[in-house]
Amino acid sequence: MKLPYERPTIRKLTAGALNKFGPRAGATPTTALDGVRVEELVARFGSPLFVLSERQLRRSYQAAVRAFGTRYPQVQLAWSYKTNYLNAVCRTFHQEGAWAEVVSGMELEKALLNGVPGPHILFNGPGKRRADLERACAVAAVIHLDNADELHLLLDVAASRPAPPRVALRVNLDAGSYPQWDRFGFNLENGEAWQALSRVVASGRLELVGLHCHIGTYVLQPSAYATAAAQLAALALRCQRKLKTTVQYLDLGGGFPSTNTLKGAYLPATDTVPSLDEYAEAITGALLAAGFRTGELPLLVLEAGRALVDDAGSLIGTVLATKRLADGRRATILDFGVNLLFTSFWYDHHISPARQFSDQTEPTVLYGPLCMNIDMLRESIALPLLSAGDQVVVHKVGAYNMSQWQQFINLRPNVVLIDQTSQVHLVRAAETLEYLQQLEQVPVHLQS
Amino acid sequence: MTTFYRLNLLPPHPSLPFFRMKLKPNIATSDAGFIFNPATGDSFAANPLAADILARTKTGQDAAAIKADILERYDVAPGQLEKDWDDLLAQLRDFNLLD
Amino acid sequence: MPTTSALPRLTVAVTGLNATDSPGPGVAVIRALRESPDFDLRIIGLSYEALEPGIYLRELVDKTFQLPYPSAGTAALLERLAHIRQQEDVAVLIPNFDAELYNFIKLGPQLRALGIHTFLPTLAQLEARDKLNLAAFGAAHGLSVPTSRPLHSAAELLATAETLGWPLVLKGRYYDAAVVHSLAQAEQAFARLAGQWGVPLIAQQFVAGQEINIAGLGDGHGRTLSAVPMRKLTITDRGKAWAGITLADEALLALARRFAEATSWRGGFELELMRTTSDELVILEINPRFPAWIYLTAAAGQNQPAALLRLAMSLPVMEMEDYAVGKMFVRYAWDLITDHTEFQQVAALGEL
Repeated sequence: MKLPYERPTIRKLTAGALNKFGPRAGATPTTALDGVRVEELVARFGSPLFVLSERQLRRSYQAAVRAFGTRYPQVQLAWSYKTNYLNAVCRTFHQEGAWAEVVSGMELEKALLNGVPGPHILFNGPGKRRADLERACAVAAVIHLDNADELHLLLDVAASRPAPPRVALRVNLDAGSYPQWDRFGFNLENGEAWQALSRVVASGRLELVGLHCHIGTYVLQPSAYATAAAQLAALALRCQRKLKTTVQYLDLGGGFPSTNTLKGAYLPATDTVPSLDEYAEAITGALLAAGFRTGELPLLVLEAGRALVDDAGSLIGTVLATKRLADGRRATILDFGVNLLFTSFWYDHHISPARQFSDQTEPTVLYGPLCMNIDMLRESIALPLLSAGDQVVVHKVGAYNMSQWQQFINLRPNVVLIDQTSQVHLVRAAETLEYLQQLEQVPVHLQS
Repeated sequence: MTTFYRLNLLPPHPSLPFFRMKLKPNIATSDAGFIFNPATGDSFAANPLAADILARTKTGQDAAAIKADILERYDVAPGQLEKDWDDLLAQLRDFNLLD
Repeated sequence: MPTTSALPRLTVAVTGLNATDSPGPGVAVIRALRESPDFDLRIIGLSYEALEPGIYLRELVDKTFQLPYPSAGTAALLERLAHIRQQEDVAVLIPNFDAELYNFIKLGPQLRALGIHTFLPTLAQLEARDKLNLAAFGAAHGLSVPTSRPLHSAAELLATAETLGWPLVLKGRYYDAAVVHSLAQAEQAFARLAGQWGVPLIAQQFVAGQEINIAGLGDGHGRTLSAVPMRKLTITDRGKAWAGITLADEALLALARRFAEATSWRGGFELELMRTTSDELVILEINPRFPAWIYLTAAAGQNQPAALLRLAMSLPVMEMEDYAVGKMFVRYAWDLITDHTEFQQVAALGEL
């Protein structure tokens, strides 16, 4: 039996700090995901490989339902499709009881194909076309109005409908968080939202069922949600009083953070991000205190995306090469880059080796495989002495990466789902050149 | 074009140190893997394999013998070791520790 | 140090060994602890970098361990402390950096499980006195603080200056500040501070007057066990005190007591004050730990670190009334001599 090998290396001793693991502990390896060995996953499905945990998807969903449901009588989650619209993911959440929150005609069709009834689809977004609105009306989805042009377009569409389309109004407001989002929806403070609500009700052609507000993304202050909830509730009560219209639901949107650490943050997110319970407490506390009569509390809708799916996704990759840069820094080239790990633009992802190493670590730049200067995953990270062929696991990559990934220079890899009994299912096959080219057409004069 | 031609004609650099792992004589190494350069005041720490290699070179063992011994004792492919050997040389050169 | 002592032995770990030109309080805290009448102390230094002078002050610090930076998070810190606890019977830990307090407070219960006692403010207390929350804090407790507001972009500078007036004090999120007198200066300072410490910055109304600091110790139930006011006599070009003198002024002590009572402050604190020309006391900043000049409290007769040690060990501490007025400190620089082998031990192995 030969000794385990680790490449020889020396480092200059400086006055600076030790590596983040402390002097006596290396990085803890991740040798298995949900009971399946990383080695085995790579042998069967190749590298890079996205791995989804069904157990974690369900656990996160149930935790969110519990956080809000134990504090408020009527709660409904609507799965934010854009965060990850792989059907296996969507269907897991729908099985758990989630509605669908979609932001394009394509996502609307996807939700319908996943068996979501039209009235359980909330149609958001600033870019709805006439055909999208017609389709949404036909399937009785709820249209969340974003702007006045859209409102008038929908009034036009509604004129030829047998029943009034169901709508909600997206409202933007100052919840005290920064940056204040004001590009989506109608502004509350300048009276625009009230004007739109009055017009919706006065038209007699639309049925106002909800109010919606989504204050931002990765919002770290639960108190901002309390402010938004209180203002939305006040607006609903005003609708009841002045417009004689009962708002059935208040949609507080999403934007809840996951425990991924934002670039530039001083402390890791696992220590600083408020728990979902704190957000639930802020939102439900504000609604319960808003002055609704007993029995008339509106349904609370939440469009959580990242908080439900981020933890459930992992990305396995392989070291293609290590090299030294001109200034002596170590660089490690991986077989995935920003093409697959889009979120590395804003997160310092937690990355583990997939096997045991000694406690020696070294700082390295992490590059992807793209022949593009922007393809850098991390400017500096302390990792064990990796060599070509070693595997790494990137944690908490479930949100956005599998929808914002790019088919650029490389094709997209396999995605597998590990079910609750640790069976592995391929849920999206690796792309092929044939798949890439099947929509292309070569003009006749270029064919010979 | 002419520049390129001339560059090609340049003779190899006379004192390329890339291929010999010989520490400067004044460099102090310790059993714990510490390296001290008295001329610059810099200190370095070697991991166990690098410390082992440096200790052997100090006793005069040649590269081929050290490599053969590593290949025999450790779970590593010859190509990987060659690459890492070059890398260690480059680090030593970078830190100005080579003769 | 006495080698044979009738006093009970106790091992105490202390951070903030960076006794540099912008010093951490650790070395001063240790010096005061060494004068504790209660214990025969073994002092474990906890450092972040290999050239923190306290590491090499062997007559004050018995052994030093390096810690992972606060930014590595609580899990890494706990792992390291557990390792240290296996080698050293640490009974009390006294952190001395603002940036590390969050982690140590969060780890309170886990540290107790390791047998390590602390005496720290709560997370809510820490948060409430944060620069960003100081205005609300002052309003809530009827304490006079300068008007301030968060700045997220340089575009807000002009409107802010119109409200707060020139000159304006711009403060970095965690550290550093600049007094600016014009929009051009403000924009320049904004770029520098935001680049280093991120946004938001804090814009604070400039308060003119005499700068006074108070070091205090709260028992966590509203009582101030000790408060010693000091006026800076000279400062470095970074604004740090290089010499100071203890003052007698009932108004200053009353303010410290009001602060500790309003917040039920637990542990050491420092109030940075300005006494205006109209004799008003304005709180510029509240530090949630002892200041670097804390040894002056011991020299003046109120040994706050030694008292904190008793509190951490759940021993009674009486309110301290008297202190020597006109006691001065004059800081000095001193070249410690050590050897490259010691540096190697710290830099490579994290222990000395």
